[in-house]
Amino acid sequence: MSLFFQESVALKVEKLTMQFGWFKALTDVSLSIKKNNIFGLIGPNGAGKTTLFNLLTGVYQPTSGSVEAFGKTLLGLKPHEITRRFVARTFQNIRLFKELSVLDNVLISLDHSSTSKYRGILSSMMQFKSYRKTERLHRDRANHLLEIFNLHHRRHRRACDLPYGDQRKLEIVRALATGAKLLLLDEPAAGLNIKETQELMCMVQLIRDQFDLTILLIEHDMKLVMGVCERIAVLDYGCHIAEGTPLEIQKNERVIEAYLGKGAHA
Amino acid sequence: MSRLLAWVLALVFVWIVNNQIHHFIDPYILSIVIFAGINIIFATSLNLISGFTGQFSMGHAGFMAIGAYVSALLSTSFFASFPQLFFVVIFLSGCIAAVFGYIVALPSLRLRGDYLAIVTLGFGEIIRVIILNINSLGGARGMTDIPPLSSFGWVYTGVVAALFMLWRLTRSSQGRAFLAVREDEIAASSMGVPTTHVKLQAFVIGAFLAGVAGSLFAHYLSYLNPQTFDLNKSFEAIIMVVLGGMGSISGSVIAAVFLTVIRELLRPLQDMIGIDLRMILYSLLLILVMILRPKGLLGTKEWIDFVPRWPKKVLRQRRPLHEG
Ligand SMILES: Nc1ncnc2c1ncn2[C@@H]1O[C@H](COP(=O)(O)OP(=O)(O)O)[C@@H](O)[C@H]1O
Ligand SMILES: [Mg+2]
Repeated sequence: MSLFFQESVALKVEKLTMQFGWFKALTDVSLSIKKNNIFGLIGPNGAGKTTLFNLLTGVYQPTSGSVEAFGKTLLGLKPHEITRRFVARTFQNIRLFKELSVLDNVLISLDHSSTSKYRGILSSMMQFKSYRKTERLHRDRANHLLEIFNLHHRRHRRACDLPYGDQRKLEIVRALATGAKLLLLDEPAAGLNIKETQELMCMVQLIRDQFDLTILLIEHDMKLVMGVCERIAVLDYGCHIAEGTPLEIQKNERVIEAYLGKGAHA
Repeated sequence: MSRLLAWVLALVFVWIVNNQIHHFIDPYILSIVIFAGINIIFATSLNLISGFTGQFSMGHAGFMAIGAYVSALLSTSFFASFPQLFFVVIFLSGCIAAVFGYIVALPSLRLRGDYLAIVTLGFGEIIRVIILNINSLGGARGMTDIPPLSSFGWVYTGVVAALFMLWRLTRSSQGRAFLAVREDEIAASSMGVPTTHVKLQAFVIGAFLAGVAGSLFAHYLSYLNPQTFDLNKSFEAIIMVVLGGMGSISGSVIAAVFLTVIRELLRPLQDMIGIDLRMILYSLLLILVMILRPKGLLGTKEWIDFVPRWPKKVLRQRRPLHEG
């Protein structure tokens, strides 16, 4: 029974605490995300959502607590090692490789994905047959991923020349290309209009089904995630204050309080 | 394969020219051509570190010095009776320089930006001062009687080999890793790029090529002086890279040739007024470039990006980084 339970959990966070000097950005946060779920993480600005992502992806090391993805601990690993454990993220403040082409942005992830063959200096220089074969394979795969997100026709543009919405999409494609099974999306809809947001959320659901993913989605605007998420957790001032289905969360007193202040009613 | 053939043909061409060149070129002009070649290797090797991987290195002359002195030592001792093994000497001295590249890079890659600049600057100076104080290397008097093995053929074989290496590397998966580190380290490591490892690779290859440039230099002049490899020399490489465009090999080639030639043109004037015009020239050029073309002559583009469309189909190995 416990074995079965283990296997169906994609991400398990226990009592995670992060302290910056005197300031506790996260306090004893615990989460457990089932495989194949789209899990929402909401909370007002400054609640510690991005900090949690930084801990999950090895950008920071937590003060205490544990993180497990697919049954293996992520603690102490560097970001690129965590990528090899099938976890990848996007950034709230878009961090594409700006001067590189859209295609190159995706290829970089593919080059270093956990399933890709290592190609070192020598094979890069001599471009042996096996090198070129892998390169072709990656290009096809990159093109395929870009097609899904309607970015294919722009693949030779520089990433910074893309319209804002496309940059957000490219962030997701790039993370997906690492071969991740758990995607961490940090406010992927920030700055998008309602139509673009809805389109994006549909795409998130689509790739979840198509690639058999688990998705942890950060959003500070509660309404946006209600439709897509199976479960939602709420952070406020670094504390996990509520968790449940979207309906439960909508009715939760503490959540309403966190979002609208004391004495308010939804 | 046909592309590999083009590089081999370039090598054959170099050696044909090498055997004929003294018939139709004045030795003084030839020496400028040779120095230009050495500077091409020196500048492009720094471009790999600074332009493509985005790491400051202000001590690049240190690697060149190591290559120069190690090769001079080798060819006056072990290899004294085997001048035909010159290429082995070049390779070995490049490797020793690469080892130093590794040693310098390992602790300093935790540092970023200006801190890394200071560490590498210190490294360059330390190397110079150490050489200055080793008597068997001639100390401040300099090292003489190095066999003059470098020729047009060897230098430009080095140039072709270095350009081949860099061209292939920077347009491959390895090159994308370098660029990813330059563009955004955090994003790169989050996408699975082992950033420290990649930076080390850049330093090792860059140092190797600088060492090769050094050994070619030593065996052309047959005289070495530690003052040659001072801060100004490192600065020269930086100017060439910035002038040509950070991340453009062709840019560095053009800038290296340009600076080598213009220095020689200025030499009579300099001898007349007795002031070192180099630094004045460099500062002026730098200011001009920053005003007119802040990204350098070619930016991050390569010569191939300026070729009109139809021949490009034949020429290009892959699509250029930026199109449209
Ligand atoms: N590196 C850091 N050093 C100090 N404080 C930080 C650091 N990173 C984040 N914080 C603080 O942690 C809190 C949570 O930030 P963040 O996780 O970005 O919030 P959210 O993404 O939920 O809007 C903020 O008060 C922020 O100032
Ligand atoms: Mg945030």
